[in-house]
Amino acid sequence: MTIIKNNFVKKSNVRCLHYRNRILQLSQKVGALHIGGSFSSVEILDAIYNVLKKKNDKFILSKGHCGILQYVILEDKKIISKKFLESYCQKNSKLGVHPDYGNPGIEASTGSLGHGLGIASGLAIGLSKKKEIFVVISDGELMEGTTWEYLLMISSLKINNMNLFIDFNGLQSSTFSKNTHPTLNPIKEKLKAFGWTADYCNGHNISEILQKFKHKKKTRPFALICKTTKGYPINFMMNVPMWHYRSPNEMEYKSAKKILSEHYKS
Amino acid sequence: MRNKFAEVLYNYSKKNNKIRVVAADISPAGKLANLSKKYPDRFINVGVAESSMISMCAGLAMRGLIPFAYTIASFSIFRPFEMVRIDVGYQNLPVVIVGMGAGTVYSTLGGTHITQEDVSVIRCLPNFQILNPCDPMELESCLKYLCTKNKSPCYLRIGKAGEKNFTFNAHEKWKYNKPRVIIKGKDNICLIGTGPIIRFFFEIYNQLKEKRIYPTIISYHTLKPDNDIEIKKIFKKYNNILTLEDISEVNGLSSIFKIKAHEFNYKGKIISYALKDKNIKNYGSQNDLLRDHGIEPKKILQSIIKLKKNKWI
Repeated sequence: MTIIKNNFVKKSNVRCLHYRNRILQLSQKVGALHIGGSFSSVEILDAIYNVLKKKNDKFILSKGHCGILQYVILEDKKIISKKFLESYCQKNSKLGVHPDYGNPGIEASTGSLGHGLGIASGLAIGLSKKKEIFVVISDGELMEGTTWEYLLMISSLKINNMNLFIDFNGLQSSTFSKNTHPTLNPIKEKLKAFGWTADYCNGHNISEILQKFKHKKKTRPFALICKTTKGYPINFMMNVPMWHYRSPNEMEYKSAKKILSEHYKS
Repeated sequence: MRNKFAEVLYNYSKKNNKIRVVAADISPAGKLANLSKKYPDRFINVGVAESSMISMCAGLAMRGLIPFAYTIASFSIFRPFEMVRIDVGYQNLPVVIVGMGAGTVYSTLGGTHITQEDVSVIRCLPNFQILNPCDPMELESCLKYLCTKNKSPCYLRIGKAGEKNFTFNAHEKWKYNKPRVIIKGKDNICLIGTGPIIRFFFEIYNQLKEKRIYPTIISYHTLKPDNDIEIKKIFKKYNNILTLEDISEVNGLSSIFKIKAHEFNYKGKIISYALKDKNIKNYGSQNDLLRDHGIEPKKILQSIIKLKKNKWI
């Protein structure tokens, strides 16, 4: 059992290293990149795309500024081509920073925060109840009024095939969320009071993400608050607001590559 | 009109299981109550949550359903505006956003419930169409189109209660995006109205006949997209055009005609009756409020008689 589990984690690590490396690689071509928030979501999206999401289930990346992460996964899964991914933000390209509805593998146009969960509610109603819908939002989206409107509405209408992952990296564009919203915590209790099943997990630990996901009940929508670190695991990026929206220069790129390979070796 | 809306949607729902009505705390009165009783999954009340209403409709349309977002006009457009713009408009989804009691209908409820700017704002959103039927019968034609043929976002602007029918003997049938001749007159004056305010033309029609003025009356029910071919035909046929709307003078019906007149080098006269670009506080009847905006049948009548006196007609 332990061997299988270790193999599983190993495979996930290989994928996550690849996703991060690919984002770094693309960062050398284009300046428009939200690397910090993309790196904090890697394990969450890996769990959804490679384990949880079954055929005809749906996925919406509500924190659309991290579209680059979704694109590298779609490339890995051969839903978009290498050529298409490498056209990212280039002249005449259809692939921009934020996911666009109509592009292969993209279920909704996101980028303005606090939309994805609402669109997902309609998708969920339109899907067979046996199909699941997965949504990833940022903790910053918990500051948007519409998010709470959706949370209340989804549990009230018993849209129980809804699975919400909150990338709780604690950092927004300008500062830490605890500075602007000291009362944002506790999240779990708030969600539970809104009629959801909710739990915390280490958002960089795929075993824990999947283990906690088993707590989902069929009678309620489910939310997993994934504690993550923005820029993880690149130490000079971690928890530094500047890396919300910045592409590494050549030196930083090399250094990040080195840190990444050492991290996964250990 | 809201009863007609409910009745028609209920009837179409019997034939088409894809129709969904997503309401934001509007009680399912009349036939909508039947819809929610007979098909409980097809009437969804999201509560006092307009953003949820619009976003949910976008998701439903992505699944191939035919969603109608339904509430009072000011709350179906302005409160959830970003969801209207992005979730529906930018994603180009066939969601029908119904603005009930649009324009000055809610005159006694004040500025929070009056939507003089709805058409002006929606007109500049790419992909959107705007339908503004003039009576319950025309609303039925619009809904037939929306339930069977529509492929794009649509803002459907309707009145509330007690609207009369003017189109039962109309000269032309309703056709999407074609200004509809209701009465064909022999004089070179054309009265173009949009929405239920067209009743003002019918209020003065007999007085005009007494003065030996025989205008053509058109219901301009599709406020977007613009149909340049039809507008050119109107310019060619009539030297006198009078527009009437319960919409702002900025980017409404009168703006369409004035801009097109310049573009197509129209040499005739255009007189327009539209809501002023002002928040006018008046808690009287709808007609009282319209009067404060300078719109009343008596004035329209005088304008037309003046044209006759000056030998424009």
